[in-house]
Amino acid sequence: MSVTLAVAGSNRSAVRAAGFALLRRAGAALVVVWGAVTLTFVALHLIPGEIVDALIGTTRVSPEVRARIISDYSLDQPLLAQYLHYVGRLLQGDLGQSYSQGMPVSTLIGQQAGSTFALMGAGIGFALVTSVVVAVATANRPRWFRGPAVGVEVLSLAVPSFWLGILLLTVFSFQLHWFPAIGANGFNGLVLPAISLGLAPAAMLSQVLRQGLERVLEEPFVVTARARGVRPALVLMRHALRHAVLPVITLAGWLVGAFVSGAVVIESVFSRQGLGRLTSAAIGQRDFPTVSAIVLIAALVYIVVNLLIDVVYPLIDPRLREPAS
Amino acid sequence: MSALRRPGTMLAFVFLAVLLLAAAWPSLFSATDPNSADIQQTLSPPSAEHWFGTDQNGRDLYARVIAGVRLSLLIGVAASALALVAGTVIGVLAAQGGRATNTVVNRLLDILLSIPGLLLVLLVIAVLGAGTWETILGVALITTPGYARVVRGEVIRIRGAVFLEAAATLGWSRPQIVLRHLVPNALGPVLVLATIGSGTAISIGSALSFLGLGPQAPTAEWGAMLSSSRDYFTVAWWPAIFPGLAITATVLAITVAGQFLQLRLEGRAPR
Repeated sequence: MSVTLAVAGSNRSAVRAAGFALLRRAGAALVVVWGAVTLTFVALHLIPGEIVDALIGTTRVSPEVRARIISDYSLDQPLLAQYLHYVGRLLQGDLGQSYSQGMPVSTLIGQQAGSTFALMGAGIGFALVTSVVVAVATANRPRWFRGPAVGVEVLSLAVPSFWLGILLLTVFSFQLHWFPAIGANGFNGLVLPAISLGLAPAAMLSQVLRQGLERVLEEPFVVTARARGVRPALVLMRHALRHAVLPVITLAGWLVGAFVSGAVVIESVFSRQGLGRLTSAAIGQRDFPTVSAIVLIAALVYIVVNLLIDVVYPLIDPRLREPAS
Repeated sequence: MSALRRPGTMLAFVFLAVLLLAAAWPSLFSATDPNSADIQQTLSPPSAEHWFGTDQNGRDLYARVIAGVRLSLLIGVAASALALVAGTVIGVLAAQGGRATNTVVNRLLDILLSIPGLLLVLLVIAVLGAGTWETILGVALITTPGYARVVRGEVIRIRGAVFLEAAATLGWSRPQIVLRHLVPNALGPVLVLATIGSGTAISIGSALSFLGLGPQAPTAEWGAMLSSSRDYFTVAWWPAIFPGLAITATVLAITVAGQFLQLRLEGRAPR
């Protein structure tokens, strides 16, 4: 009984310590968000020429509109006032106006986000399934079986995703006609882009997973499970995989970056609608409000995902719940 | 040499040597002008005369792939070198400065890391415009935090070493110790990172030119060549193959070489 009480007591202080740690991390995350906002403000001011022209881009506008933009962004005010205005506008959720598209950036992003989420969802799904299957199939296997898989992984990480997309299009769309070529929607149109987007992350994940599996398979509890007569496949799936997944979770932030960067290129290869296409088009039209809004949203997603990892990780791995002594 | 016993590693180093030769003296490999167009010979398939075939303007693709080596290596090496120098300076500053410096540097790196790599490069391009040096600067910017973190860790790891105390006892000044002892000893893992990082830089550089936002036409650049190949997909496969093979082989060779260097370094390390 006294043992249970002691455990409960240490749990409470552990929870409090974890709460403080979480608050500190959340504070740090807020600082990073503010930093990213400031970075886009600095970037806007580094563009050569007048700031109002940097906001308008290549679009032609009347002098009245130009004057209105100057007053809208407080560009006739001192720098500090401009900065406060910029941050204040973002805090209200106003991402600005895209002058090349003639609509608010938030509307533009809303129109394109669905297509990109579908692509990224399919790509992440492909990467997760492939990596788990490959890692489980090849962990602790003889060299002749494992070697080729490792070779394919290294190759997958070297192949540029846009070239992979071109190759898949050439073979499966133009030669075999299995999948629609360009700009198609629906599931069939998602297969080739998702593979192009997800292959390199899949290779990365399966490397990390296999390393984790092989490390766990040497742990005493695995030996114990085997000695109890648990079948090797079951040991792998039920005991080892749970542990091996942990390092993968810490990669979630990296994955966000890889998939966002990848989507920019893959949407261009397959002529898909989406945020990536929007970004590269916006740069061509020197549409800075759109570019900086997408940069900020991507940064926000990355920061939130990393914060979530910090919250979720101790919940999954009980060893981290003990306060460090 | 252990590299000789591993055929893959050997092949990677030989290929990199060939690439360096091609970058320095492209005429050793191809006498054809990569930019000379021949209207009579547009999109002709690979042959004895045109090993990789010709593109839509009748330019020799083999000559253009060879000509692209210099630009790709330039982007890879220059971006890595720039990030290496910046990362080392920032890392040493963070490790040797006080707690406040460390926190500020860490947050600044966090900010850079929070923006997905390609988007940060695109932000740089949105500010500076598209071009080779703009690409190099952008790629250096996204890789610098990685170097800074590794250098900071290494400096903190070696800081307590006896040979640094010995140098201090001998009356060396602090900057002298940092430059002559600390930095050279912290550089090993960073150089490995720089090797592998130059492959990443080449990959991102080619992706940018694929989007039309990297080195500008008519420069022979692998990513840009792949981009224009898409318009002739249905009639010609060769423009879509050889530049992609060049990127893949280069990045693969650099990765394999980097992994070999890493193994060497770990084998040599005292712990």
